[in-house]
Amino acid sequence: MKAFDYQRPETIAEAIKAASKPGASYYAGGTNLLDLMKVGVRTPDSLIDITRLDDLKRIEPQKDGSLRIGALVRNSDLARNVDILSDYPAIAEALLSGASGQLRNSATVGGNLMQQPRCAYFYDPHSACNLHEVGEGCDALEGENGKHAVLGWTKTCIAVHPSDFCVPLAAMGARVVVDGPDGSREISIDEFYTLPGSVQPPGSALKQGEIITAIILPSDAKRFAPRARYIKLRDRTSYAFAIVSAAAMLHIGDGRIKDARIALGGVAANPWRAREAEDTLNGAEANEASFKKAADAALADAKPSGDNAHKIELARRILVRALKAAADGTPPKMPDLPGSVFAVGKEAR
Amino acid sequence: MAFQISLKINGNGHDVELEDARPTLLDVLRERIGLTGTKKGCDRGQCGACTVLIDGRRVNSCLSLAVSLDGAEVTTVEGLSDGDTLHPVQAAFIENDGFQCGYCTPGQIMSAVGFLGETGGDASAEAVREGMSGNLCRCGAYAGIQDAVLDAQARMSKGGKT
Ligand SMILES: Cc1cc2nc3c(=O)[nH]c(=O)nc-3n(C[C@H](O)[C@H](O)[C@H](O)COP(=O)(O)OP(=O)(O)OC[C@H]3O[C@@H](n4cnc5c(N)ncnc54)[C@H](O)[C@@H]3O)c2cc1C
Ligand code: SF4
Ligand code: FES
Ligand code: FES
Repeated sequence: MKAFDYQRPETIAEAIKAASKPGASYYAGGTNLLDLMKVGVRTPDSLIDITRLDDLKRIEPQKDGSLRIGALVRNSDLARNVDILSDYPAIAEALLSGASGQLRNSATVGGNLMQQPRCAYFYDPHSACNLHEVGEGCDALEGENGKHAVLGWTKTCIAVHPSDFCVPLAAMGARVVVDGPDGSREISIDEFYTLPGSVQPPGSALKQGEIITAIILPSDAKRFAPRARYIKLRDRTSYAFAIVSAAAMLHIGDGRIKDARIALGGVAANPWRAREAEDTLNGAEANEASFKKAADAALADAKPSGDNAHKIELARRILVRALKAAADGTPPKMPDLPGSVFAVGKEAR
Repeated sequence: MAFQISLKINGNGHDVELEDARPTLLDVLRERIGLTGTKKGCDRGQCGACTVLIDGRRVNSCLSLAVSLDGAEVTTVEGLSDGDTLHPVQAAFIENDGFQCGYCTPGQIMSAVGFLGETGGDASAEAVREGMSGNLCRCGAYAGIQDAVLDAQARMSKGGKT
């Protein structure tokens, strides 16, 4: 690993100042950054350790009914939080379906949002990858790309965003609060991630030195709490990234769907909000035919970026399954296999 | 840039001099303190062999910078037993054939200790398999590991020491 300077600021202002220098990088749980530094894909000149910024460790209900989650809250603590479990259960399910018990104890909310793609060519400093340097090219186009994007990709980059947590965040329209050299601002999760363009690889709206301070879960998303699920298809039952996943949230009244929220994971460089699919459900009956129609709408624009056409049909089916599971109701207790297709199957039986 | 950190490891204070900020907690434990019970499998967060408790929580020590942990309390597999009296999780691993070659075992045991602290003492077999999924075993001793964790849970809920 390349040597680097290390600073541990005591205040957010000091952290921003230190991180504003080119080559500086924030260090939170370290579970993604250190991994990338070990393989030599990330070579920061300095690490700004934000783990002692206690102001960023709180989960606070706001006056307007929303919930503010500090960027340094650990994934496992968030998944156990009583407000999350009662008001935003799909967030807890998504978190618990990700990584392992150990990693969730280290991983922070901010680090989870900012985690990098798991594309094998990105992880190899000797492969061509536009995320190493713009213009390098993309070895995944002609390589192992079975898990790559089917929505929103260009030949600049076909990688997917690997986070589970971000999928229900996208579905409910969470907001990301950032602070930086030019002051603080709020960014909707829709605008936080940028899709690849004709030259520019995917990324985030953060500028050098900007720090995520919190995520805000909107109060109007609480009405989905009785019917909110996150379902994730993996190569193995646990401790694996999503091949495809779906967050589905339904608000049902008088036998009709009054409001639906849908986002897909593992399909694009962002957590993919499927608004067209949501629209097909508004006013519809909560049944399989409606869900299939919604899934067709969600994947209407999908196209394989390589050897991955199967992901389109998998995504459709996972979405139908997530919608069915949501319609059946949020389980009273977190399933023993959170987000698992097997857990859902068992309940349905 | 050199750094001086202090860690409380298995109840004992250690001052550690780091030439730079790069060493992970795993390397400090093994190379500087001489506590080689904690194993390096992948060094990338993918196998769990390096699991220790930091301030009571199980984490992968290979993905934790030591310099960031200045002042932390660390528990490794060497710190579990009370003299010759094994921790209930250690005793349960022995009685339930929770290992074959033993390489993954310190990580499995530390992970199980952490896991049992996270649950209410009523984890099902399926919850144990899910909760322990961050620990791989190349020998495939999973059946014994699951039984050991369930047995340890039962022992600990009875308040038994071993
Ligand atoms: C083996 C393995 C399996 C995994 N499986 C899954 C999985 O199934 N699902 C899943 O979702 N994730 C998975 N992960 C990824 C894991 O969730 C991330 O590594 C973790 O969330 C990153 O958080 P961190 O705090 O450790 O971030 P760090 O590694 O500290 O930082 C990651 C990035 O975020 C930046 N950053 C951190 N905090 C902030 C902030 N507040 N403001 C601005 N930038 C910031 C850092 O500069 C860095 O670029 C897995 C990881 C591993 C190693
Ligand atoms: S898909 Fe994206 S991350 Fe992978 S090699 Fe291409 S540019 Fe890099
Ligand atoms: S050595 Fe740390 S997880 Fe494998
Ligand atoms: S006992 Fe050999 S690796 Fe698990």
